[in-house]
Amino acid sequence: MVTIETPRSPRSRKHAQWEKWGWLYMRYSGAVLLILIFGHIVINLLSGEGIKQIDFAFVAGKWASPFWQVYDVLMLWLALIHGTNGMRTIVNDYTERETVRKALNYTLWIVCGLLIVLGTLVCVTFDPCIDQAMRASLEVCKG
Amino acid sequence: MSAETKKIGEIPSFKVTLFVRRFNPEDGQDARWQDFDVEVFGTDRVLDALHKIKWEQDGSLTFRRSCAHGVCGSDAMRINGRNRLACKTLIKDLDITQPIYVEPIKGLAVEKDLVVDMNPFYQAYRDVKPFLIASDKPEKERLQSAEDRERFDDTTKCILCAACTTSCPVFWTDGQYFGPAAIVNAHRFIFDSRDEAAEVRLEILNDKEGVWRCRTTFNCTEACPRGIQVTKAIAEVKQAILRGRA
Repeated sequence: MVTIETPRSPRSRKHAQWEKWGWLYMRYSGAVLLILIFGHIVINLLSGEGIKQIDFAFVAGKWASPFWQVYDVLMLWLALIHGTNGMRTIVNDYTERETVRKALNYTLWIVCGLLIVLGTLVCVTFDPCIDQAMRASLEVCKG
Repeated sequence: MSAETKKIGEIPSFKVTLFVRRFNPEDGQDARWQDFDVEVFGTDRVLDALHKIKWEQDGSLTFRRSCAHGVCGSDAMRINGRNRLACKTLIKDLDITQPIYVEPIKGLAVEKDLVVDMNPFYQAYRDVKPFLIASDKPEKERLQSAEDRERFDDTTKCILCAACTTSCPVFWTDGQYFGPAAIVNAHRFIFDSRDEAAEVRLEILNDKEGVWRCRTTFNCTEACPRGIQVTKAIAEVKQAILRGRA
């Protein structure tokens, strides 16, 4: 690599790698989300009895399997970060004052973080026995 | 004109209305539209109509033009909402039943009428080091195969008219984005086998305001009066940054 005396000083190098990883994340998460979301729609809304099948028992049945727990947690993380990063781009485009931009972006990521924590907690610590009907019918709740 | 009086080879003429965006920094008024009726020929371009206005109706009308033949890139303006060169846009190709709207290119500060401050545009161009960087002394020809040349042939066509950069909605937002033109001119050297500073330019464009702000709206490709595949060039630079080399 050749180095030369620069005729003009280059622009700021702030967050250089950040934007690259953000861009890559949007592409890969987008591709994975396409599969996950359509899979989610097919399983929940189209297969079996369709939309009428969704109730507490249906969700409890799905989350009894580690596969669906991982599936839903993955979808939650990918979609929330994908959506928040997209919103960040829009905020960066449309805000004019730096303080407003910062405030909106911090709010976005805090909300995103909260939703991820809550959503993950629900998926991982889900207890079907909190429902009366489930308590009566499920073997695991009778112990 | 009746059929008998029309001579063979005569160029038909017609009247068009031009709405030109006027701005004079000295009169304290906001920018406004002013209409002009101009008699033009079928062979006339928008630039000819602007000349007619300036020479025959209102000498204060201000715009840039140099070669007037689509090579120098001085007269990029927004004509009927699209960025084009006034010297390459035939009036007969526009919808002449409606007025023709001519305004300065967007995203750069207007100095007067159709003249904008091009300095931010040129600064982004300078920042990508648009010149050959090679370690050996220029004692003999730097040979290159036809295939190596083909890689960046498209981006050598840029005339720096700013039609692409000022059609880019990302550039409109805050003017901080390098813009398609700077990336096109970086592409021209990044993929040149004779150049040795591809990594330096890729590093420059791997910036917060670099290639990643491109959202592939293709406005630039549509606007380019030289037909450069601008969005494709930007995508190639993105790929090169991910690879870490040209």
